[in-house]
Amino acid sequence: MTATPSIAVSTDYRLIDSTLRDGSHAISHQYYADDVIKIVAGLDRAGVQVIEIAHGDGLGGSSFNYGFSAIDEKELIAKACDTAVNAQIACLMIPGIGLADDLREVRELGVSVARIAVHCTEADITEQHIKVAKELGMEAIGFLMMSHMNSPEGLVEQAKLLQSYGADTIYIADSAGAMTTEDVRRRVNALVGALEVPVGVHAHNNLAMAVSNSIAAFEEGAKNLDGTSAGLGAGAGNCPTEILAAVSDKYGIATGVDPLVLMDVAEEIVRPLMPRQQVIDRAGLLLGYAGVYGSFLLHAERAAERYNVPIADILLELGRREVVGGQEDMIIDVALELAAQHAQSELTDPDIESR
Amino acid sequence: MGLRCAIIGSGNIGTDLMVKMLRSEVLDLRALVGIDPDSDGLARARSMGVEASHEGPDWVLDNAGEFDMIFDATSAYVHVRYYKKYAEAGITAIDLTPAARGPKVIAAVNLTEHLDAPNINLVTCGGQATTPMVHAVRRAVDSVPYAEMVSTVASKSAGPGTRQNIDEFTKTTSTALREIGGAETSKAIIILNPAEPPIMMRNTVFAGLPEGSDHEAVLESIWSMEKEVAAYVPGYRLKNPPVIEEGPYSTPGGVVPHRAVVLLEVEGAGDYLPPFAGNLDIMTAAAMRVGEAIAEHRGVTA
Repeated sequence: MTATPSIAVSTDYRLIDSTLRDGSHAISHQYYADDVIKIVAGLDRAGVQVIEIAHGDGLGGSSFNYGFSAIDEKELIAKACDTAVNAQIACLMIPGIGLADDLREVRELGVSVARIAVHCTEADITEQHIKVAKELGMEAIGFLMMSHMNSPEGLVEQAKLLQSYGADTIYIADSAGAMTTEDVRRRVNALVGALEVPVGVHAHNNLAMAVSNSIAAFEEGAKNLDGTSAGLGAGAGNCPTEILAAVSDKYGIATGVDPLVLMDVAEEIVRPLMPRQQVIDRAGLLLGYAGVYGSFLLHAERAAERYNVPIADILLELGRREVVGGQEDMIIDVALELAAQHAQSELTDPDIESR
Repeated sequence: MGLRCAIIGSGNIGTDLMVKMLRSEVLDLRALVGIDPDSDGLARARSMGVEASHEGPDWVLDNAGEFDMIFDATSAYVHVRYYKKYAEAGITAIDLTPAARGPKVIAAVNLTEHLDAPNINLVTCGGQATTPMVHAVRRAVDSVPYAEMVSTVASKSAGPGTRQNIDEFTKTTSTALREIGGAETSKAIIILNPAEPPIMMRNTVFAGLPEGSDHEAVLESIWSMEKEVAAYVPGYRLKNPPVIEEGPYSTPGGVVPHRAVVLLEVEGAGDYLPPFAGNLDIMTAAAMRVGEAIAEHRGVTA
């Protein structure tokens, strides 16, 4: 087994589709085998080079904190590997949530790309996992989450650590969909200038910037871009792959993928699965505005309903606390505190007392 | 006279433990042992009148007759290399690394189970913080089909040992939730948060509750466990009242109708480490609790 695609296509950047990983957040990790087979077959037919699949929070993410998967992710990953003809299958794992043992298991299933994701200031916890991925003969992609929370210079420092552990490609992820085009340009430019390995960008659409930020990243030298079909994903969604492919065509950027097939996949396979379309509503926009991890959205909605507090207050408080990806438990913490404050103010509010 | 003790490892944890041990009436701290003659910990030991050696674990073994007990605050790697030698020398070892060679002890749950063991492992900081709460739920219900802990620590308080072996942390902690906490299946998650000023250590415990559980009894048991742990870790507290949330939840231990959510914060005592490093404080506090229990078990009185 090698980490080389069976058909080499000359492209200006490589498209990694994360419908079956980041998209999983938007459907509360309820993918079934049939969905996986259809989506992988469609993306493969469109010419997508890499298809990522796992629980939304990466391998081992199925939990109380992030939501339990309907079907064991390893079963779904096996189906994806069996279905793909040309595309490589990738898995994401977050050290602290998943284990190096998870990488060993999915390697056996046929996964050839390991994306090791970490908060953008903590790269040194990935060393053992990147090394394991390399020992297993996988491509190792270092993936710096919440990159809006670190400066271009800070990201270069972290990316160099990932590179020193053996990462073949290094991504910055705008996990909160909080970056402007200028933010992306400065960061990509700094990384491309400082690294020996290719750079990638993973964009979210909370500020309606995902496609334009991805194109800007390409112009600054990023050689890998992420997206999901129909933008299915955390928060207001990811960079929609079918739109990215169409826009790239307009720019004359070779992607190796057929935008028309991607449009069919989005319309006929993915949209029917979606409990709601990816729109930038108030909560989605607030994530980008306050810089809050996108996958908190549905958890915050549930907590807002359960404890009868406004979702906007929850998201803004999470932003103030500078919580990072993975701290979903703090949503309950914040909701309980807001509910207690609310109860307190009702007790002391003279209007209510005089009733 | 107290048990004659040495602390091995003159980093943050070893030095914090030294400050605590100097207050003990049953543990007689004789030496702090490191490998760097210029370390801040060893300098502090000298200034506090504690013998300081920079010759590492071998120095303790060369002077084995002088010590009854050692506290190992080095690394799992060093502990694995030396644990048999301590036992052969007749020295009891309290292991603060995740080496997990001896039986695991969570001070609030199974303190008295292994008082005669030559080697005791203190699991992890997250394990010390959360296993008591899994046990608190377990003692109030028929079974805990699945328990999960999420530990978030300030980046500044996570040393190189934790960072290079993060899988060891989650695996060892998860095992403790089952073996000592009493859950049937389990998961542990650790997150590092770089916010400035540094955050206090936060731990969240989720425990699946089977059909027919007495929710009032569960909540009461959790409140009571807060006091039991706070008796030896003063900064241990429920950040919010514990809650029971309605599911159902499809856990690895089966579908449960409800879950208990326990939101904890651990503020350090500020002995040597700053108060945000509750994760390190809970380890040194647990080490003191276990060491003193062994001393009392051996008839040492203040």
